[in-house]
Amino acid sequence: MRVVIAEDHALLRDGLTRLLQAFDFDVVAAVDSGPALLSALITQKPQVAVVDVRLPPTFTDEGLQAAIAARAQIPGLPILMLSQHVEPLYARELLSTPHGGVGYLLKDRVSNVGEFVDAVRRVADGGTAMDPDVVSQLLARREPLAVLTSREREVLGVMAEGRSNAAIAAKLGITEKAVSKHINNILTKLDMPPSDDDNRRVLAVLAYLNP
Amino acid sequence: MNAAGTGEGLGRWARRGARSVLSGMAGVGLAFTNVLLFAVSVVVLALTPVPFLGLALVPWTMTLVRMRADLERRRASRTGVLVTSPYHAPPDGALAGGWQRFRWIVTDPATWRDLAWLLPGAIVGVTLGTIRVVVPLYGLAGLTLTPLWIWLGTGWYGYGAIWSIDTFSDGLLCLPQGAVILVGGLWAAPWLGRVDAYFARLFLSPTRAAELRLRVTQLTTTRADTVDAQAAELRRIERDLHDGVQARLVSLGMMIGLADELIDRNPTAAHELLAEARESSGTALVELRHLVRGIHPPVLAERGLDGAVRALALSLPVPITVDAALSGRPDTPVESAAYFAVAETLTNMIRHSRARTGSVSLRHADGVLAMVVTDDGTGGADPASGTGLHGIARRLAAFDGTMALSSPPGGPTVITMEVPCVLSSPRTMPSSVTD
Repeated sequence: MRVVIAEDHALLRDGLTRLLQAFDFDVVAAVDSGPALLSALITQKPQVAVVDVRLPPTFTDEGLQAAIAARAQIPGLPILMLSQHVEPLYARELLSTPHGGVGYLLKDRVSNVGEFVDAVRRVADGGTAMDPDVVSQLLARREPLAVLTSREREVLGVMAEGRSNAAIAAKLGITEKAVSKHINNILTKLDMPPSDDDNRRVLAVLAYLNP
Repeated sequence: MNAAGTGEGLGRWARRGARSVLSGMAGVGLAFTNVLLFAVSVVVLALTPVPFLGLALVPWTMTLVRMRADLERRRASRTGVLVTSPYHAPPDGALAGGWQRFRWIVTDPATWRDLAWLLPGAIVGVTLGTIRVVVPLYGLAGLTLTPLWIWLGTGWYGYGAIWSIDTFSDGLLCLPQGAVILVGGLWAAPWLGRVDAYFARLFLSPTRAAELRLRVTQLTTTRADTVDAQAAELRRIERDLHDGVQARLVSLGMMIGLADELIDRNPTAAHELLAEARESSGTALVELRHLVRGIHPPVLAERGLDGAVRALALSLPVPITVDAALSGRPDTPVESAAYFAVAETLTNMIRHSRARTGSVSLRHADGVLAMVVTDDGTGGADPASGTGLHGIARRLAAFDGTMALSSPPGGPTVITMEVPCVLSSPRTMPSSVTD
């Protein structure tokens, strides 16, 4: 799978490259600045990009802006953003570009290699990977969620991270059947249309939580 | 402009004129206290050589003079002519009737400038005040046709340009004349008030030297506050790093070292240790992130005040509308102080006000960044009772900023914070993405 990496710290850039190569990714470009990222994304058209939010030259949200600009030119270009901190505001901006295929994770998550690689693959497939920290910040401020049982809120949280029913079941130690029952209840209680498409459902939930 | 708008504007104009006429009347009355105070001051100063009497009476009299001068400063400021108070700060622990207090009064040039103002101020006040009162009254007399009735009774009288009135229709002409004079009087009154205020400012505003002295006093206070706050902040950061991240890194090194030792003899234990080490590095990162957020929130560096306040609003349990129109970014220290002031205000609001909604408005005009935080909570916030609001004011004072609070019991609470600053030109950003 062809991947572009954007990260300004040389150590982390090499680390990410080695890590992804160990899992049979083909790193076609590893860049260290916003403009270089944008041109790499446009010329290489990778199957997925792993991008640090803060990049030179401005050391602000250069990476995010480049990612959004690239997705405007190549709709649905899968991008997984990494950051030292997560902001629901940025998650919303990222999600507001159409066609899915976005992820937003804390850099810390890289240390759990298995889950991280799974998130990269999920985003490459057009899915979503939202950091549990973003999700918990979103859940913390939505009052209407009081209508949900605590188990349903748990399911909603893991679902909002972008995981499949099977992954939710494994994580919470319940059956897949129970998961889909909970999800149906959640969608009914929150007045959201049922959907068989996992990812569309995730995007709808995130849009509900982060309006 | 529609009819209602015109009527409203006219009403406001007339009220402004009438208020100024009343103020002129008050000015005439106050002029007499000037004369009285001047006479008393002269007598008291003449008595200075008399032991004890001078030491006791001079400060006491000058306090009265200062009260009168301060009243005049407030009156001037109400007309839009800002006159600040010029006095030296009183010496610490000076006893009433003591030498120190006496010296404090007589060595302050403002004391002598006050005295010099008393008589000229009275003359100007009486003159301008009389004009402000008499002209509109004369206009009213014309409007009520008083001159006509007097002429009818006495056979000899006049009004305005018609002197004397010879026929009944001559007499009726005082109606339009009265209207013109009344309008002219009401129009001129506020201007005359300003002239009066400018005259007072000549004497009562601080001299350049006094202004600089006041500025130095203020800067000394705010600098001390800033240094204190910074030192406390550094101590907190040092403690957090020492107890948190540093300790974790040490234990992390130990765990990895131990795993290295064990990896051949007991691979299971080594795996457990490595998993633990990974967990520990994650916790260290979380702690570091919290620390960084407290020093300078990353989103503030990335998005400026506007974006950081929006991000903050999103994280609060109460819906906050953010209305920001900033054409650029202030200097980093000002931006940081402004952000923390807004953040602290919002935290206070969530903690104490029981508000259901709130709003933040950010504006920059005439070289001043204005931040207004409003909520629909219970009100009754008092800067004296908590350290929070006081801390905000101190933080802003380091940049010559101010905080004003309006919080009647029952709400709403409105906190207005202002910091003078210039905005630098913005980095171009796709604004459609942010909202």
